[in-house]
Amino acid sequence: MFEYAPAPESRDVVDIKPSYGLFINGEFVPGSSSFKTVNPANEEVLAEVAVASSDDVDRAVQAARKAFGVWSSMPGAERAKYLFRIARIIQERARELAVLESLDNGKPIRESRDVDVPLVAAHFFYYAGWADKLAYAGFGDRPLGVAGQVIPWNFPLLMLAWKIAPALACGNTVVLKPAETTPLTALLFAEICQQADLPPGVVNIVTGAGETGAAVVAHPDVNKVAFTGSTEVGRIIARTVAGTSKKLTLELGGKAANIVFEDAAIDQAVEGIVNGIFFNQGHVCCAGSRLLVQESVQDQLLDSLRRRLSTLRLGDPLDKNTDIGAINSADQLARIRQLSDLGEQEGASRWSPACELPEKGFWFPPTIFTGVAQSHSIAREEIFGPVLSVLTFRTPAEAVEKANNTPYGLSAGVWTEKGSRILWMADRLRAGVVWANTFNRFDPTSPFGGYKESGYGREGGLAGLEAYLDV
Amino acid sequence: MSRLSVRKTYKLFIGGAFPRSESGRSYVVTSPKGDFLANASRASRKDARDAVTAARKAFPGWSGATPYNRGQILYRIAEMLEGRRGQFAEELPLGKKAGLEQVDAAIDRLVWYAGWSDKIASVRGSANPVAGPYFNLSTPEPSGVVAVIAPSDPLLGLVSAVAPVIVTGNTAVVVASESSPLAAITLAEVLATSDLPGGVVNILTGHQAELAPWLAAHMDVNGLDLTGVADPDLALRCEQEAAENLKRVIRPSSPDWSADPGIGRMTAFMETKTVWHPAGV
Repeated sequence: MFEYAPAPESRDVVDIKPSYGLFINGEFVPGSSSFKTVNPANEEVLAEVAVASSDDVDRAVQAARKAFGVWSSMPGAERAKYLFRIARIIQERARELAVLESLDNGKPIRESRDVDVPLVAAHFFYYAGWADKLAYAGFGDRPLGVAGQVIPWNFPLLMLAWKIAPALACGNTVVLKPAETTPLTALLFAEICQQADLPPGVVNIVTGAGETGAAVVAHPDVNKVAFTGSTEVGRIIARTVAGTSKKLTLELGGKAANIVFEDAAIDQAVEGIVNGIFFNQGHVCCAGSRLLVQESVQDQLLDSLRRRLSTLRLGDPLDKNTDIGAINSADQLARIRQLSDLGEQEGASRWSPACELPEKGFWFPPTIFTGVAQSHSIAREEIFGPVLSVLTFRTPAEAVEKANNTPYGLSAGVWTEKGSRILWMADRLRAGVVWANTFNRFDPTSPFGGYKESGYGREGGLAGLEAYLDV
Repeated sequence: MSRLSVRKTYKLFIGGAFPRSESGRSYVVTSPKGDFLANASRASRKDARDAVTAARKAFPGWSGATPYNRGQILYRIAEMLEGRRGQFAEELPLGKKAGLEQVDAAIDRLVWYAGWSDKIASVRGSANPVAGPYFNLSTPEPSGVVAVIAPSDPLLGLVSAVAPVIVTGNTAVVVASESSPLAAITLAEVLATSDLPGGVVNILTGHQAELAPWLAAHMDVNGLDLTGVADPDLALRCEQEAAENLKRVIRPSSPDWSADPGIGRMTAFMETKTVWHPAGV
């Protein structure tokens, strides 16, 4: 095994203020109360952040409503130029955003620097180009109005980009609520909107917990609700907007099958499995959390997988050599622990590599469960952590049967050297994204979203425009 | 005593470099009033062939770059042009105000096309539901090297003709407007500082009637945009020459460059590729 000297990314590039207000109508305003956001890697308090009350949310929606007149009547080419500006400023301030994201979220700097932030800039760049080309997309060019958007903590800035970029390109204005545990990059984004001279009120950021989100969703002057998060909250939101004229898109949980056939390139498959479930500590709605491996290669694959897991480095998210960072919050850690303990109680075998966990902060080692049955909780429930459940199959038909045996349908992976089998499987998998011989690939041009209880609507690509237009 | 200015030598733009014509020839460019402006290079057949060679050499890299990357570079060209607004406004034979308007329109046109790089395939490609167990996907691809006989509108027309050719991954050999070629060479200075790989755009100045037929007949050119050809006899001859290797041709026209350009100038120089693959265990 290699020894690695510490290689920490400097946090000097980020200037975190002691406290942050709400971003309403182009300026920061105080909230009525506040909460603390902490670095999950060491539990250090990073900043005090305002809580938006329902009155604050109302002010934000009013600002967005007022700005809607200006923004929606502006020529698409001019809206495009604002979005291009934002994309460029994100590129210019990329390192600052990456470090701040890792501090607030706990994800390794390698991921925030090489995946999250570049995708954020690309997403704005992509939808900027659509703003004056809506006539070619086939959904008309009438925006909906004010979009209320609630996003999760696993990819804080990337989920913001997925929500705000298409909304603005189509001529809507937004009130966005970042997750309670990861508000800081959204607040830095507010500053970026100021630098871009974006008209006040076009983007409003209201921080807070579930109550703030509920106020955004329920506000009567919101025309569109977009939510990414758990299926449980998604159901509540769908009930809330029932009977209104609000348009709703939901991107919810998943329990993706990553299916490995005996003819697959095993080393590549192992990399894909690791990327599929341990990327971002498994805090990924489309994570490949169920490994379905063909019986004949099970032993070989699991040997390779265990060997590979032993080389993963867990620790300081700001260290450039870190593979696995911190679990985002104490609550999430408790949930992962609870479900993992349940996995053992229900009879599956648990394995983790020898792995020293830091004393402070929220940490969970990469974990594999073998001997998992479809009835086990860890094969059915979304754990949203670095925990892989291994099941086996004998025939392609059985693989399809098991992969689809879930209320979710966000993504799936197929590993085989046979192209026709990839396509045969893809035809039968009830999932919004099917990755073949790769996993967890994202691109602004490629639509993303789920079947069944993983939600409805698509984000990304041409299809992503539909959610923000009055079709 | 007032300072004597240092004048610019207007040369060609081939393969990312600024050579003089190998023929050693030049021609006089005058203002609309008839005042001497500069001696522009008068490109020869050999220069045109060198330009095609450079464009062909640049094609694999440029067409193989990601659409995202090409979009970034076109946007960068717009940024660089914005930085030289004043210079272009002065060089265009239009007067300051109309000149600025034209430069602004040219910048916005580049931004418009920059956004198309990663969208044209979504708009013009398709998943085809063939009646059988096959995956069947059609995607547009660039045609190759395109010769552009640029319209006389010296900046907006030029940009509106060149941007749609290159954004999709083609490389271009451009014959600049014969009467107002200087903005084209200054645009080359913009292109040269925009991370655009050398050879993706090559610009020739000289006599249209001399250069266009060589390019129209060149067997390593895949497309021909005759928009800037005013002489119907020359246009006919070029289109006939182009038939030899079945170049894709845009016929001469006098478009309203300020109108919505649509996507026709991109699709004129794109092929559609359809991939079949069986689906089955």
